[in-house]
Amino acid sequence: MANIESPMSGKVWKILVKVGDAIVEDDEVIILEALKMENPIFAPEDGVIKEINVKEGQQVTEGDVLVVLE
Amino acid sequence: MELLQGMWTSMAFDNLYWGNLVMWAIALTFVYLAIKKGFEPLLLLPIAFGILLVNLPSEIMTPGEGLLWRFYHYGEEWAIIPPLIFLGIGAMTDFGPVIANPKTLLLGAGAQGGVYVTFFGALALGFNIDQAAVIGIIGGADGPTTIFLASKLAPEMMGICAVAAYSYMALVPVIQPPVMKLLTTEAQRKIRMKSLRKVSKLEKIFFPIITVIVITLVVPDAAALMGMFCFGNLMRESGVVDRLSLTAQNELMNIVTIFLGISVGATMPAEVFLTTKVIGVFILGSVAFCCATACGIGLAHLMNLFLKEKINPLIGAAGVSAVPMAARVAHKVGSEADKKNYLLMHAMGPNVAGVIGTAVAAGMFLSVLK
Repeated sequence: MANIESPMSGKVWKILVKVGDAIVEDDEVIILEALKMENPIFAPEDGVIKEINVKEGQQVTEGDVLVVLE
Repeated sequence: MELLQGMWTSMAFDNLYWGNLVMWAIALTFVYLAIKKGFEPLLLLPIAFGILLVNLPSEIMTPGEGLLWRFYHYGEEWAIIPPLIFLGIGAMTDFGPVIANPKTLLLGAGAQGGVYVTFFGALALGFNIDQAAVIGIIGGADGPTTIFLASKLAPEMMGICAVAAYSYMALVPVIQPPVMKLLTTEAQRKIRMKSLRKVSKLEKIFFPIITVIVITLVVPDAAALMGMFCFGNLMRESGVVDRLSLTAQNELMNIVTIFLGISVGATMPAEVFLTTKVIGVFILGSVAFCCATACGIGLAHLMNLFLKEKINPLIGAAGVSAVPMAARVAHKVGSEADKKNYLLMHAMGPNVAGVIGTAVAAGMFLSVLK
């Protein structure tokens, strides 16, 4: 089980996965918007999405857990 | 018949010469770039219209009479508008990344090396010392500071230097990456940086206060720009005057941008603009910009010799003060080498420090040359 943490502060622009999705390493999971730039967040390892802790439009800061994998 | 003749003479075709027509073409090109290409449209569109107006036969820039002359005189010659823009930039700027990693202040200063390299280059090319200073400051990629310095040292260079500065700001994503890739290795671009620590509200409140005291004591001539900048930032971070802070960032900023853009455009009648000097300014401006990028990266390499936790040298390139374009470019070039490398916030440190750096560099020129 692994957490995907936000690498920077910004706003959640798009969530590209659903709970239960199987993903592989380097898949785009979430797109964060910071300084008018879209920043894709990639999966650190293979897994299945267990929880999504954020909503689109939500402000997050560095280190916030965005998604829980298992 | 006589009536027709009278109308013909009162019309102004006689006062046009080919240069004006060239300027119309330039103005229309700028309009095109602004609308179709999205090149800094907030500034380019008003500047383009100012160019068009001043190259029509009219009294619009006649000293003491013309409308645009008044905008120009009270706004720029009196150096009121650039500091007001700095008020807005201060209110928009989050100094968190600098406070969390104060080493980035050095990078913001390092990139100003490009300013001085170009200053000497312009001197060598035969510009006088005041003009050379204004051309050098283009390397900081800071429009308002360029206009501010030009108004004090070389008003005749204001229009062209402002256009050069804003053009290069728009061209940051084109000019910087080749220089950045040339001066870093793939492995260096992959360096990931440790997450920034959280910065408390108290630190953010004290930062502008301490900054304005230190900088004004050391470089008194930077006081107009830095005073407004730090005041804007204090309004932002205090959290108690959101109305003022938002006004400075939005409405006031927009209002002064209108006056600034159109009157800067109006400083470019054909007889001033269409000289060989203009080409020199544009070439030197791009040299300034490349040197600033290189200086920032060079300083980052130098710092890495002493630092245990290496910084990614790409963020040094963000020391030019085009906020946040330069930080975005650093991030983008970094993520091309390693797509999971998020440099954006780290690059914002040198980037906002670069704004201070360019204002200080301008202040230093003023104190020596004025």
